[in-house]
Parts: sequence; C-alpha cells; structure tokens
Amino acid sequence: MPESELPSASPAFDSPGEVAKRLSEVNYLAESDIATTVFLAERLGKPLLVEGPAGVGKTELAKAVAAATDADLIRLQCYEGLDEARALYEWNYSKQLLRIQAAGSDATWEKTHDDIFTDEFLLARPLLRAIRRDDPTVLLIDETDKADIEIEGLLLEVLSDFQITIPELGTVQAARRPFVVLTSNATRELSEALKRRCLYLHLDYPTRERERDIVVARVPGIEATLVDQLVEVVATLRTLELKKVPSIAETVDWARTLLALGTSTMDESAIRSTLGVVLKHQSDQLRAAKELGLPCAGR
Amino acid sequence: MPDADRTALLDHHIAFLDALREAGLPVSLAEGLDAARATTMVEPLDRESLRTAYAATVLKRQGHRPLFDELFDLWFPRAIGEGRGDERQRQEPRVEVTGGRAAPEDARAMRAELAELLFEGDDAGLRQLASEAVARFGEIGGGSAGNASGRGGAASAGTGGTRGKAAGASTGARSWSPNAALDALTPRTLLAGLLRSDAGRDEFAQSLARRAYRERIARFERVVNAEARRRIAEDRGADATAKSVVRPPLDQIDLIGASQAELAALRREIYPLARRLATKKSMKRKRGGAGVLDFRRTIRASLATGGVPVNTRHRPRRPHKPELVVLCDVSSSVASFARFGLLLVYALSEQFSAVRSFAFVDTVEEVTPHFTAADDVADAIYRMEQGLSMRLMGGGTNYGRVFTRFDEHYADAITPKTTLLVLGDARANYVDPAAATFAGLVRRAKHAYWLNPEPRGNWGSGDSAAPTYAEVVEMIECRSMAQLADFVRDLE
Repeated sequence: MPESELPSASPAFDSPGEVAKRLSEVNYLAESDIATTVFLAERLGKPLLVEGPAGVGKTELAKAVAAATDADLIRLQCYEGLDEARALYEWNYSKQLLRIQAAGSDATWEKTHDDIFTDEFLLARPLLRAIRRDDPTVLLIDETDKADIEIEGLLLEVLSDFQITIPELGTVQAARRPFVVLTSNATRELSEALKRRCLYLHLDYPTRERERDIVVARVPGIEATLVDQLVEVVATLRTLELKKVPSIAETVDWARTLLALGTSTMDESAIRSTLGVVLKHQSDQLRAAKELGLPCAGR
Repeated sequence: MPDADRTALLDHHIAFLDALREAGLPVSLAEGLDAARATTMVEPLDRESLRTAYAATVLKRQGHRPLFDELFDLWFPRAIGEGRGDERQRQEPRVEVTGGRAAPEDARAMRAELAELLFEGDDAGLRQLASEAVARFGEIGGGSAGNASGRGGAASAGTGGTRGKAAGASTGARSWSPNAALDALTPRTLLAGLLRSDAGRDEFAQSLARRAYRERIARFERVVNAEARRRIAEDRGADATAKSVVRPPLDQIDLIGASQAELAALRREIYPLARRLATKKSMKRKRGGAGVLDFRRTIRASLATGGVPVNTRHRPRRPHKPELVVLCDVSSSVASFARFGLLLVYALSEQFSAVRSFAFVDTVEEVTPHFTAADDVADAIYRMEQGLSMRLMGGGTNYGRVFTRFDEHYADAITPKTTLLVLGDARANYVDPAAATFAGLVRRAKHAYWLNPEPRGNWGSGDSAAPTYAEVVEMIECRSMAQLADFVRDLE
C-alpha cells in the first residue's frame, strides 16, 4: 500500500479511549464508535467519510478533531459548480501580466516563461494548501455530495496519494499527511471509487444519554429534570414520520429557548408555544401535536 | 499468537468478508485489507471495537447496516452456549406484572424480572434476560430433552407416550425459536402493568411513557430474535444460518410481503428519498444541453471580442415537468404497494406540473382532493382510505369495469401532455380486462407505464391479465423501494 509508506508524524492518539477523552475536552462528546473510527482513520492514514442527516454534528466532528490535536482546520465547502480553480490552485493571471509588462521587451521568451510559472504566481486553494502545510492540519471537505461528480475524480488523486500534479511545476507531494474529513448528507450517492478510499462513519441521532450530556454541556444553567423531559420529547418526535426530523442543534436551541422563558417543566403549554423551534413545517407540527396528544398546536 | 491461531483467525476474517459479499455488500479487495489492518489496531477482545473497525472499513452505505450487524453477530457471537453472566442482584419489585395467565410456572419469575428491566430501560439486563429466555423456552424439536422445561416441557409432558421416541431421534434436529420464547414471556401484555406502575404523572408524560415502553418491548423482541439466530448459528454454523435468516436491505424488501416494522421504516425513508430523487432530476436537467439562442446576450458578449460573436449565449432550457395521472389499485392484496406509489408521487409533487390520482377496486374514484387539501401525505392517504365509498377489503378488482368507467367519467384527465401511471397487479379476477378501452387511454396519453408489484415470472399465471395489458403498455416489474425509486427518477 503506497499510502502507508508516506511520511507520517508520530500518531496523534494512542487509543480510542484517548480520542474520546481529548474530544470531550473540546466539548465534543463522542460515542465509542465515533472515537474508534477517528482513531482508525488517523492510524491508517485514510480519509474519513462522515455521512448522516443534517444537524448531527458532522462538521463539528472535524472542528473538534482539529481543536483536540492542535491542528489548523482548512475547509473546502462544496457546492454545485465547484471547479479545479476553486478547489486546487489557480494561476494569478493579472500578476503574471504585470510581470510580463514590467520585464520590458528585452527579456527572452524562455526566461519570462520560467519566471511567471513559479510559486509566486500560484494561488493555492484549500486542497493544495492542506497538502503543502508542515504543521498538523485537518482538511474538511464539507457537503461533498453537493459538488458535481467530476470533482470526485479530482479528489481521488488527492485523497489516495496525497499529491497534486501541476503541469507547469510538477507533482506536489504532501509534506505531512493531513487528517481528512469528508461530510455528506447523502442527497446523492458518492461514487464507489471515492467511498473505497475512505473509512466510513454514519452519524445518527444520538442516544438519549448522549443527547442529554450534549445539552447540559452546551446550555449551562439548565435544570437536569427539564433536560430529561426535553430529550425524551425530542426522541419521541424523531420516531414520528416527519418531513424534517429535529437535529441536535435544534434540541440545543429548544433548551436555550426554554431556559430563556424560565420554563421549569415540559408540559403541554410549554411544548405548544415553543414547538416551532424544533419543527419547521406546519404539517409536522400538526402531526406532532396529534401524536403527542396536545389539544391543538401550531395554529 | 501461535501461527495456527493466526491462520484460523485469518480464515474467519475471510469467511466473514465472503458472507458479506454473498449478502450483497460490495467489499473490494482493498477494503478487505483495510479491515484486516484495522482489526489489528483495536482491542481484539472488545467486540464492539471490532464491530466498529469492520463497519468503518467495509460498510459504505447505511442501508446495509442491519444486514452487516446481523452477519457480524453470527460470525462474532457475543457468547457461546448459555452465555450466562453474573446473576443480577434482586431488588424489591416495584412494577405490577400483568397478563401471562397462561404462562408456565417458571416463566412467571422471569416475566416479573422482565417487567422490572423494561421499567428501568436497562439494555444490558434485557440482553441477558433474552439469552436466558431463549435458552429456557426457545428450544424446539430435537431430542436433547434434558433442559427442555417451560413450554417445551409442558408440551412433551402432555404427550408422554411419544416423548421417548422423540428423544431417540437424532439431536441434529434441535432448533431455537424466538417465537416460542416470546410466547412464554408475552412481553406485550406487560405494557398495562408498566403504565399503571408509572401512574401519578400527567397525561402528557403518560403518553410519552407509553411510547418509550413500546419501544423497549420491541427492542427486547429484536434481541430475542437475534439471540435465537445466534443459537441456531452455533448448532449449524454461521454460514448456513446466514443464508436462511438474513433479511435483504430495506430498499430491496418486497413491498407486498413487508412486515409492519419494515413498512414503518420505509415510510420514514420517503422524504429523504424524495429529496435525493429531486436532486438527481435537477442535475440531469442541468446537464441537458443549452436551449435556444439568446440574441441579446450574444450581442452583448460580442462587444468584448470587437463585435465578433465568438461565444454564443443560450437561454436555459425550460424544465420539462410532466402532468401525471395515477391510477392506483387499493384492494387489500396490493394496498401497501399502492400506498408507497402514492406517497412517493406526492412527496415529489413539485417535480410534476400537475398530479391527479384515482383509486380503484371494483370501480374508480378520484382522490386528488384528499391530497391537495393538506401537505401531509401520510394523513392524506389515511383520509383517502376512510373517504372511499367502495369496499376495500374482500372485493375483487375489476380492471375491465375500472377502465371503462374511467373512460366514461374522467376522459378529460388524459391529454396529450399526460403521463399515465397504473399501479396494480393486473389480476383481473377472470372478468373481461377491457384491453381495447385501456389501449385507447394509452394512445391518448403522451406516455403510459404500468407498475406491477408481482415478480415477472408470475405474470400471466392464474387470473393475471398482465400479458394482455403488457401488449399495449410498458409494464414494469416494481417490487421494492429501489425499483420504485429507479422508475420515478427516470420518469419524464
């Protein structure tokens, strides 16, 4: 395997347990499967593909790993129409033009040509920047499924060999392999070739215990009994057939709302007046009200 | 580690990967190597770490997760034999135990314990209890009557004369049944007692508690099922068990034969699926070439090249949105299929310029108003079924009359822009299929498709008029969510 022979600094973690501990120090509560998968990705030197519904902390995971390992986070946000010039590198045309004009007419073609295709005129985009760094780096490729399929082909070279070929300069090898996290909402299937090169982690809605811990960590000053009830209600909402299921971020928002309103217990009226924080579709609110046995809500 | 052990472990690893491949997971050679390396990096005796290591390296699609878990449990069982851990310490009973009058004597104590564990939501305890329950009550057939107690014991005591004969039979016929264990414990009847023990809280808290207990009971039943599979695998070898008990991934499940739980899981998948399909459709549209020349923007762009129109500009193509007419067979035999078809069509309704839907059994009725009234499709389907004047159950589908009546009453629904979609099994109950009338409908529509939930091999058997209709319309086999999704994606 070529990738295992790439220069790699000393491992960042000793055990999955240490991953969990270090992540919790930066306020990311990782379950054991998350910790183990992050540990394996780091040890095997493979990119980590994180899939799951919106708002379960996929992007947060990358940020937390960066914070826990004292690494810089470089982020490539994917969108429809993302191209090489935005993802890899681009030549700084205007600067090259200036250089040609400044050189005057006596400069030879060969010399000018060599001069304008140098590092000075290269605009490094996230992928190239992440590869060229000497310090620990976490490369986050966010919402990979939003990018066009052609971009996946581009990622293959970067992610399996950690190198980028620039025709005028040659091949740039990674000085130090970055920890790569790709996230996807699964709005479309990523290609098999890309998936094969990654470790896969599916993040789902958290267990009640973990969600309770998250809310307590994120919303200081909230009462424990209220959190218990809140988490219970959200877990129930997630079992309903809704258009948009509440995410962790929305649970936290709900907790903040209840705290701000000074609510001490989750009763019918408290839920009815604040349901809009977690359910953003009228039909979802009506359905939830019916299933939870609230008299009438949302109207 | 001695070399022999290492080889055995490697063989086990390879056999597990083979089983995954056989079950339909695409595990490449490189992924297998990754898995092997990953397993050396985690604590080998920690089963969950091992599971995570395999999941991270060979599992690349969440839809395959249940399948993967089942196979993993078979190849790397939690325990061997009885699998008993330490005795739990007993506590004062706090939970009222209901039901189970018919339960055998020794099942009573276990039911009380089960009620306690369900009340607390103690997953580890439930798992252990499940394995005890299968060991004591789940054994069926076979001759090793030594530990046959409870239900098995009662049965053989009643037929004492045959018992000796049974014991003489080969022990190879022994098997484990999750249903026998669940029949002895009847966990569902505990619900009432659990709720009463929880009394004193307000109504809203009660309704939440009811859901939580139901979910825990369902979880216990799943664990018992898994435990029985594990015991079977122990007797027969994991390989043989995998072939007989593993269910296909969710999107491959036959819609007609799906269980309630599977149907519920599929319904939850509808909106994510609709979103994926909409994305694919819009991507396809963008890739389709440019539209007509935009004269003004071409001239404007030509100024940059000194008035020579080097690059032409085009108007974006207008998205083509078909008008859809859906004819749904809602008779009981294919109702679940029709429901999914309707769910998906309406979850995707913004992809169509108009949708009209008709339900039929022995006659046809328009049901569009139920769907346009509210945007919650699941509710709409329920209201539709309530609102239908014809009998849903028992009544045989009369395709001939349905098409004739449709032609008489709703002829205006089909225009040259319409895509006609029929969802049904084409079982005409030996009455005249009115193929000529149907052919007329198909001719008037722009496109027409018939989705048949029966396997292609059964078309034409018995009262099926599928071959007759297939002559006039493109009939497509559509048995699973995946096939349904593929069809909707390519629908123009």
